[in-house]
Amino acid sequence: MSAPIEMRRWADYVLVPALAVAAAFVVAGLVVLAIGENPLEATALLLRGALGTGEGVGFTLYYATNFIFTGLAVAVAFHAGLFNIGGEGQATLGGLGAALACLHLDFLPGWLLVPLGALGAALFGALWALVPGYLQARRGSHIVITTIMFNMLASALLVYLLVNVMGKPGSMQPETPTFASAAHVPFAHEVLARLGVTVPTTPLNASFLLALACCYGVWLLIWRTRLGYAIRTVGANPAAAAYAGIPISRVTIVAMMISGALAGLLAVNEVMGVQERLLLEFTGGYGFIGIAVALMGRSHPVGIVLASLLFGVLYQGGTELAFDKPTITRDMIVTISGLAILFAGALDGLFRAPLGRFFAARRKAGG
Amino acid sequence: MEELSAAIAVFDSGVRLSVPLLFACLAGLWSERSGVVDIGLEGKLLAAAFAAAAAAHATGSAWTGLGAGVLASLGFALVHGFAAIAQRGNQIVSGVAVNMLAAGLTALVGNAWYGQGGRTPALEGAARFEPITLPGAEAARGIPALGPLYADVLSGHTVLVYAAVLATLLTAATLKRTRFGLRIRAVGENPAAVDTAGVSVPALRYAAVLIAGVLCGFGGAYLSLAQAAGFLPQMTAGKGFIALAALIFAKWRAWPALGACFLFGLLDAISIRLQGVSMPGIGLVPVQAIQALPYALTVVLLAGFIGRAIPPRASGLPYVKER
Repeated sequence: MSAPIEMRRWADYVLVPALAVAAAFVVAGLVVLAIGENPLEATALLLRGALGTGEGVGFTLYYATNFIFTGLAVAVAFHAGLFNIGGEGQATLGGLGAALACLHLDFLPGWLLVPLGALGAALFGALWALVPGYLQARRGSHIVITTIMFNMLASALLVYLLVNVMGKPGSMQPETPTFASAAHVPFAHEVLARLGVTVPTTPLNASFLLALACCYGVWLLIWRTRLGYAIRTVGANPAAAAYAGIPISRVTIVAMMISGALAGLLAVNEVMGVQERLLLEFTGGYGFIGIAVALMGRSHPVGIVLASLLFGVLYQGGTELAFDKPTITRDMIVTISGLAILFAGALDGLFRAPLGRFFAARRKAGG
Repeated sequence: MEELSAAIAVFDSGVRLSVPLLFACLAGLWSERSGVVDIGLEGKLLAAAFAAAAAAHATGSAWTGLGAGVLASLGFALVHGFAAIAQRGNQIVSGVAVNMLAAGLTALVGNAWYGQGGRTPALEGAARFEPITLPGAEAARGIPALGPLYADVLSGHTVLVYAAVLATLLTAATLKRTRFGLRIRAVGENPAAVDTAGVSVPALRYAAVLIAGVLCGFGGAYLSLAQAAGFLPQMTAGKGFIALAALIFAKWRAWPALGACFLFGLLDAISIRLQGVSMPGIGLVPVQAIQALPYALTVVLLAGFIGRAIPPRASGLPYVKER
């Protein structure tokens, strides 16, 4: 039992996550059954709501954008052997960075302001992850606990700033004034309309392309650069990394900052792209679902895109489903995410062990 | 005199606010002392709060509610235990999953059952825990300073508040004075040694995780049956995480846990009291700063700048028997 389970790579990367997702859906179906609805009918409604119309697809991709950012953030930290639960807090600070840039540099033209806003988001996210990264690397403080605490600190900080400092003058709402029009991130329907293609109005915006670019960037970083090699070595075997002369604490801090920057970019989609102002709780739990995305995607960008699309479908379809079936609220999505994290992350041995035995038996029979 | 009664009111509400923290903190203490990291305290509190409110609503009895809360919390504790002990899965991942599952399920089922946006109907009468007056509280009120302290801060709470103190006493005594407690501590520091002595590591860890489940059940039931009159979605509002902070603050010991939880509860009470109050010299008091203080203090403590918090050595590590 203590020997590592050996199986083909495709089984490890595709079959195990697929079985975990299937198990999550079976249990979720039982929950739907228990509250007196038909799971098959609910699934059909969900799929139709997410993929049946152009509008649905646009919303699905818009939600997927958020999950790609937070999923990549968790994945980069995973590669370095770190568990970054702080995506929520880093994304919150990302929103602050984006808002500061958009509000204070609003004299700049759009082609300069939007990238600067994104840079602000990434920078603030990275800095919020720097402190836990530093404390883990140099002081040995457990990163899970410090990032949880930093989530709480970030939300308290945002409330304070929006209520007391950055709030719109004369408004009781804890939110900043609307950003200048130069900070507008182009919507997909706007860009496509200029090209002569008419698509329904959805919140899908250019951040989706940024998310895909980040996927490519993360792949390049992790598997094609010296730093990526160092990150993977530190994650796989810190003792070997130390022996090879890799500066472990520096790699830990840098990996956390990259992770925080990716989480911070969530704000480009949510704050700059859709809300066009900074408001409370715009992170909406995406940071936590990023953990599910990274686990299901096996920390690989391709897997993360697929898992993000799945969660995008769940989010959009779930919203539509809640209209048709008021008993199945959007809390169903949180439930399914929890189940996915459980089966793909903590109980993957349930699928891994039998699969390993199956492949071992086949090898023996074949050879 | 007015300052004194204001201070007593704040202390009184500090006691109330620290009780769910204390139950969750002791739960975390048992679990982590046995080597199982539990960041799912929040989820277990929430599940227990919901089950307790639902059962109390159905039966009209707070005690049945408490039982249901404990059972719900135990269910989640078993899931965590199975993942962490039997499957040797990642304990952090499992804890995150428990939190999300509880958050989703309680709101979903609550909405499906009662159709009030996830809330349970308001509870009243015997469906809630009523405050009890300690003997002599009214008579003692006349004594200056100490009298009101006894009558208002120590007396006049629900039975669960005194149960929390009792749980602290039992936790401290069991871990320190009994064979079982010694083994729990040993299995959190060096499970191989316990295994060599012929004692089952999984059995001890399951026992600790289940005790944690019972304690979170009490904490959750307190939230919905004593502090509030029913369940609200996300009503734990991060209490499980503050409890985690208190656990680190207390360096995984029972009596200091009581102190840390009371301190954090008091901070919460102060921040509620100072909401919108203008102080000379400071202006409007930034209550968020007071609310954030437990988290900030914990980070400073973890960083080892003042004192050092060292967790049980084997906590978070699955135990593999044969090597």
